[in-house]
Amino acid sequence: MLAYIVRRTAYGVLVVLGVLFFLFALFFLVTKPDDIARKAIGDKAMPAVIAQWKKNHGYDRPLWPGPGHVQDNMLVEHYRRMLTFDFGRSDADDTIILDRIKKGAGPSISLTLPEFAFGVLLGIGFSLFVAFFRETYIDRSTVVLSVLGMSVSALLYIIGGQYLIGKLLRWFPISGFDPSWAVRARFLALPIVVGVAASLGSSVRFYRTVFIEEIYKDYVRTARAKGAGEVRIMTRHVLQNAMIPILTSIVTEIPFLLMGSLLLEASFGIPGLGSLTVDAITGNDFATLRTMVYIGSLFFVVGQILTDISYTIADPRIRLD
Amino acid sequence: MGELLNSHVTSNLIVLVLALGAIGLWRAVAKNRLWSEALRSMYRRRPIAVWVCALYLAIGLCDSVAWVGGGQVGSDAVSSHQAKTLLDRAFGDTKEKSYSAPFARVEFYAKSKLRHPGSHVLGTDILGRDVLFVTLKGVRIALLIGGLTSLISIPLALLMGVLAGYFGKYLDDAVFFVVSVLQSMPSILLLIALITALPKSTLSVCLALAVTSWVGFCRLTRGETMKLRELDYVYAARALGVSELRIIWRHILPNLTHLIVITFALTFSGLVLSEAVLAWLNIGVEGSWGQMIAQAKNELSRDPVVWWNLAAAATALFVLLLAINLVGDAIRDVLDPRTARERQ
Repeated sequence: MLAYIVRRTAYGVLVVLGVLFFLFALFFLVTKPDDIARKAIGDKAMPAVIAQWKKNHGYDRPLWPGPGHVQDNMLVEHYRRMLTFDFGRSDADDTIILDRIKKGAGPSISLTLPEFAFGVLLGIGFSLFVAFFRETYIDRSTVVLSVLGMSVSALLYIIGGQYLIGKLLRWFPISGFDPSWAVRARFLALPIVVGVAASLGSSVRFYRTVFIEEIYKDYVRTARAKGAGEVRIMTRHVLQNAMIPILTSIVTEIPFLLMGSLLLEASFGIPGLGSLTVDAITGNDFATLRTMVYIGSLFFVVGQILTDISYTIADPRIRLD
Repeated sequence: MGELLNSHVTSNLIVLVLALGAIGLWRAVAKNRLWSEALRSMYRRRPIAVWVCALYLAIGLCDSVAWVGGGQVGSDAVSSHQAKTLLDRAFGDTKEKSYSAPFARVEFYAKSKLRHPGSHVLGTDILGRDVLFVTLKGVRIALLIGGLTSLISIPLALLMGVLAGYFGKYLDDAVFFVVSVLQSMPSILLLIALITALPKSTLSVCLALAVTSWVGFCRLTRGETMKLRELDYVYAARALGVSELRIIWRHILPNLTHLIVITFALTFSGLVLSEAVLAWLNIGVEGSWGQMIAQAKNELSRDPVVWWNLAAAATALFVLLLAINLVGDAIRDVLDPRTARERQ
């Protein structure tokens, strides 16, 4: 067990180092520091101005380690800063990136966590109901509805939700945010409803497939032969056994909840990490962008390791050594 | 590279290659009883969706065949030297000054008389372009996003997955490491990072989408190849002295083709949807439906509301995705043995 945890963690560290190299290649080799400087201060800037900007933002070192600058180069500096969480300042407005990330995490989670929880509960409940009525018109029409829902772009849910609920019905404010929880809940209601609606189609379809697969297994027939009722079979037998594939898909999404929701935050004016990323795109803020990708993958890798370890506890069939 | 992709010569060449490829594929399928039966059964399930896909493909092709000169297309000297597609020629000059409602005879806000009163079935947009025309132009963009990306990502995933799964050892470790690294980054952030770092062009967007989408399929082919490698007929072939590459070509790849077809159909709609999100973030492809929908956000807050631009793009996108999703499901039902039970 301990050997497995050590090996799994070592591989996770290796993956994070790989991500960092990928980011180095993307933001220092494909887009050179000169390009970053030009995008930040304009195409026609004088060479001296560009050199000064690069010096101020720490882009003036040689790219690779070499004789005379084994320590003092972009590659080593990139790894050192990322691994010590010293992300430096934004390329666009010189704010400290770590501060903005700390500030944005709260609003992001207060949106994504309820959205995720409602989405999963609704999806599972709804698809369990549908699987109970399998091969009837209720089941078939739900499958058709979920394919219809999947074919609508998320943008349309946002525009439609804001127009219908926000503008015509005036149930909730169209966009905005407030630190106090009572006001925040009113602002978050609409994005949560829209987010859940947008993902419901594909999640119902997925959970339904899992449930239907379980329903045709032998233990269900055994339970029925012993005289268990259909409702008891669905809730006691099918739901519990289907939880393993469902948990696998749910748990991999949890680390990304911290990263916020790009679309929802940007269109509902929530100052979270998603908005931070959108600002970084519009402002050509490469320092913030690569930090966000790095943090996202860090969450993912840590989440994966914890998931794998928790499986050994949750499912006695899985042995990890 | 971007210019090469936009030039009408390249576009015509691609159409030619696609047409030849389609004829070759058609003949190969017609010769193979299993595949032609599978396709016929798929068509029987979703005839309308198949015809809708064909219609979109036809519109996309009409907008890809282009040549310079001929006829009285643009009125000014510059546009007479630009290549015009079949679709451009069918519509001719439809330009107005600004918004006009469907079938309107006057402009929407200024109320001045239109140059082509009553001819704009779906109205005109802020720049005075005919919305029906712009929407139909978007068909080619959507097919390009889904098609070109698949053309990059599926062969790449197949190559890596089969090599890793078949030869194993260090090659497998290396491929699996690359896959783990790419999969550990949130895909939307990875997409954004790639697009902002690469030069701004349609090809860059497709390349970025390909980098994020090949990983899943690579894992699938890797796992499937590992299973196939252990089958008796592969052992028998190896015992007879058949070379490894020939085993892959004759015994592994044919058993993966159903996965290729299913994956292609099911990821296509996801790619077009991703582009719509990118368009919203202002880093999408010029002229896509996503861009039209993103612009429409401001049009809904105008008074009175401009709705036809949004409605046209959203409907075109919805119908295409619905048709592709339905065809994709039908293909999976027909080809995937695991879903066969559910059909009974």
